[in-house]
Amino acid sequence: MEGIVGYGAYIPRNRIKVEEIAKVWGADAPSYKRGLMLEEKSVPSPDQDTITMSVEAAKNALMRCLINPKEIGAVYIGSESHPYAVKPSGTVLAEALGATPEVHTADLEFACKAGTEGMYVVLNLVKSGDIKYGLAVGADTSQGAPGDALEYSAAAGAAAFIFGRENVIATTLETYSYTTDTPDFWRREYQYYPQHGGRFTGDPAYFKHVVGAAKGIMDKVGMKPSDFDYVTFHQPNGKFPFRVGKMLGFEKKQIETGWLVNKLGNTYSGSSPLGLTAILDVAKPGDKVLIVSYGSGAGSDAFIFEVTERMDKARDLAPKTRELLDNNKCYLEYGEYAKYRQKIKKAT
Amino acid sequence: MTTPSRYWREIPQRYRLEANKCKKCGFVFFPPRLICSQCQNRKFEETKLAEKGKVLTFTIIRVPPQQFVDQAPYAVGIVELDDGVKLTGQIVDCDFEDLKIGKRVKIEFRKIFAEGEAGILCYGYKFVPE
Ligand SMILES: [Zn+2]
Repeated sequence: MEGIVGYGAYIPRNRIKVEEIAKVWGADAPSYKRGLMLEEKSVPSPDQDTITMSVEAAKNALMRCLINPKEIGAVYIGSESHPYAVKPSGTVLAEALGATPEVHTADLEFACKAGTEGMYVVLNLVKSGDIKYGLAVGADTSQGAPGDALEYSAAAGAAAFIFGRENVIATTLETYSYTTDTPDFWRREYQYYPQHGGRFTGDPAYFKHVVGAAKGIMDKVGMKPSDFDYVTFHQPNGKFPFRVGKMLGFEKKQIETGWLVNKLGNTYSGSSPLGLTAILDVAKPGDKVLIVSYGSGAGSDAFIFEVTERMDKARDLAPKTRELLDNNKCYLEYGEYAKYRQKIKKAT
Repeated sequence: MTTPSRYWREIPQRYRLEANKCKKCGFVFFPPRLICSQCQNRKFEETKLAEKGKVLTFTIIRVPPQQFVDQAPYAVGIVELDDGVKLTGQIVDCDFEDLKIGKRVKIEFRKIFAEGEAGILCYGYKFVPE
């Protein structure tokens, strides 16, 4: 059966605390921390972008499966922050791994669900028998406009998954997608920061699609929330995943393992995929895992995985997601952060 | 100014640390060579540099070349990789106070510089604390 043969995460070392951002804009930090359940977020170094983080996450995924990179037949990066407007990020990634030239590569975009889109495509290419292995990465270095509510959450990180048919560490039991035209968040060409529909981003957008995809996939396989050991949802803030979990009938303890957002922020295309990596880091053979992404615009992809015996051999071969999140942190002041994210520029 | 063609030619080394090793004396060359400078042998095997090592020496660059102006001040060091090869590169994500000779570092894939506002983005290896 097809599934994940290797997975890897990457999180930059820099962090900025909610208090540090709130101080600059005269906002009330405690109410953001309570209201959004956010404490701090990751910030990429000036020499990091979606491409560099994708390479590091993918190298970690390769370390867990030890396959020949030349056998990777497809490489997809899902992101809303591809460094080039025209020139695929995936070309650099495929070259850095040594997967070129016999490889199909494309960049995917769908707000925060571009990462799971890549997973969906490579999984089905593997299923069709067209490729032996395929690599899907969800990565973002997202930006919120200064002072906007999104500035407290927009973060950076990447998660990579290699799918294949042999030596699978997590078998894919089912997939399901749920998509409508819902204008809750967008960015027009040549605009630096995105726009969002404020409160409209909740009920008709995130909750409707995540619930729709979660219910859809559970109906398809005849499973109920209590049949799962772990679940991870897209994490735009700390509250939404718990609220949507409760609506669906999941318990807090099923959600917590993959819930990284309070210390990580919203890594957009990397969000629920990074949650999945944190779950795979601890899941035992036989455990069943549900992941539901969400991308504004709007849609959700859902996957059900069952962890295999082989996981115990693969897990320790690369850094674990919680280690990347908790160790080696470097806290930034707002000024450094503004410089790192090119919100301010030096005179030339 | 780095032309796209020069950058492109160096991709196997910049991205994948591809080197070659003399089949006779075992000396590793980065970038690869056609004739061994140690023993004049012409037979090599392909290899890749180790991705971890320790700082042999370093300096802080405060007056950098044009493409690196936005990054100054920054550290550049010579690192002895675990396979014995000595490699020069930037050392990043590390406070200067923590930077010491003998410090363990590893290689990460980073953006080296952007060619102005509209040119190519150049990627490659840098060192970060292990
Ligand atoms: Zn020789």
